[in-house]
Amino acid sequence: MSNVLYDAPGPRTIVRYRIYTAVASVLLLAVLGYVLWLMYDKGQFEYELWEPFVTPDFIRALLVDGLVKTLQMAFTSVILAVVFGLVFGVGKMSEHAWVRWPCWAVVEFFRAVPVLLLMVFIFFSYGVGDGFGSYWSVVAALTLYNGSVLAEVFRAGVLAVPRGQAEAAYAIGMRKTQVMMFVLLPQAVKIMLPAIISQCVVALKDTSLGYYIIAPGLTAVGKQIYGEFGNQFQTVIVIAAFYIVANLILTWVATRVQKRLVGEKKPLEVSMIGTTDADTGYTQAGGGV
Amino acid sequence: MDDVTSNFDLVLSAFWLTIQLLVLSGLASLVIGTVLGAMRVGPVAVLRRAASFYVTVVRNTPLLIVFVFVFVAAPTLGWFISTPFLLKGVIALSLYTSAFVCEVVRSGVNSVPLGQAEAARAIGLPFGGIMTQVILPQAFRATVPPLVSVLIALAKNTSVGAAFGLMEATGRMRYFTNNNADDRGLIFLTFAIGYIIIVETMSFGAHRLERRWRIAR
Repeated sequence: MSNVLYDAPGPRTIVRYRIYTAVASVLLLAVLGYVLWLMYDKGQFEYELWEPFVTPDFIRALLVDGLVKTLQMAFTSVILAVVFGLVFGVGKMSEHAWVRWPCWAVVEFFRAVPVLLLMVFIFFSYGVGDGFGSYWSVVAALTLYNGSVLAEVFRAGVLAVPRGQAEAAYAIGMRKTQVMMFVLLPQAVKIMLPAIISQCVVALKDTSLGYYIIAPGLTAVGKQIYGEFGNQFQTVIVIAAFYIVANLILTWVATRVQKRLVGEKKPLEVSMIGTTDADTGYTQAGGGV
Repeated sequence: MDDVTSNFDLVLSAFWLTIQLLVLSGLASLVIGTVLGAMRVGPVAVLRRAASFYVTVVRNTPLLIVFVFVFVAAPTLGWFISTPFLLKGVIALSLYTSAFVCEVVRSGVNSVPLGQAEAARAIGLPFGGIMTQVILPQAFRATVPPLVSVLIALAKNTSVGAAFGLMEATGRMRYFTNNNADDRGLIFLTFAIGYIIIVETMSFGAHRLERRWRIAR
């Protein structure tokens, strides 16, 4: 095997690598063993602490009040975000400056502001009391944030369609709206779909921020469970496992869709902020920051 | 709004804490992430798998869960019991961000064409020379833009500390919002502009560095 960092190993190097492997394995096992011993020492393997996660009632609570609510929040906000992103992404490409600039400002604003700040503001302004509650506050904040990211994705996707397509459509007499609706967007969606699914991973992870405004979801159920049983450590492991499995499934779907629709080309890249040229961006596929 | 303008030092100290969190955990995650990245591109399969496992687990876990782990779960194992809050926040943010830094480092190294290393070996450069003269300068340039994306995300992620008693900008905004129900919009804008300044400064600085370090391929 040839690698940019090191040559194919010779006999002496292979022996050296074996020694490294042995030392590294011993070190890793020592760390793992230390953690397990510590857990044992602090009584973290006691059955009572794990009991809630094998009790049908709590499993039901975790799945119905936790996982399903979390997935609902994530998918509702992603669907709304797609609409938001479509409107503002197309708006950013408008030929009229009075449409382009407000859209640009909105997208840049919501991309630069932390989701949690947005969530707290929405919850305390419109969510509390007679407002729409913490569930929709989470959805609204995630919609605005992910919608702004998706607006950039849509713009990059439309710009990635070969220019000849639009020129040909104009040449046969299509209007601007028709070119966008019937020629550019259908082709762009194909390129964007993996990026949209990857954004679902980001949305799913960010639903956990609802913890701060007492929204329902996996973290809320987890908090109740460790509040009752005092098994913080076990709960974190179980809740994290739920998120990891859900996200890995989503990433797997994104990779499949990517291979089906785009082929082996690189996934669409969108920069985090400011710079809008797509070639300096960082790939969003498989769980954004 | 009077409450905010007359207590503007509280706003500034909140953003000072945000910047402290950003700088400290930024530096820590650059170091840890680079070590993890080196493990991931290194020749030892065990280390490669260990780093890859860490990255997969952490990248798919929400940051909030990492915070819960450090602030709520770890003390039951006897860890971080008397650690200051700032340090605990830095630990949680660094654990999370270093996984993303690792990926950036890995893709940066992989972006260097194989022929570069082969040519360097062919002219007889030793390993150290290949690394410092040929591979790392190119890999470093490729990592700058994505690394800045990760650090900008980190700047926004410091806000999660608010949920765990760190009085940084987001926590401070909630405090002001509770006391001044009528001025929520203006208070929100004040804090949003603070974040925008931080983020745009980083983005601008990165753009300058990127142009300065750009090389013709």
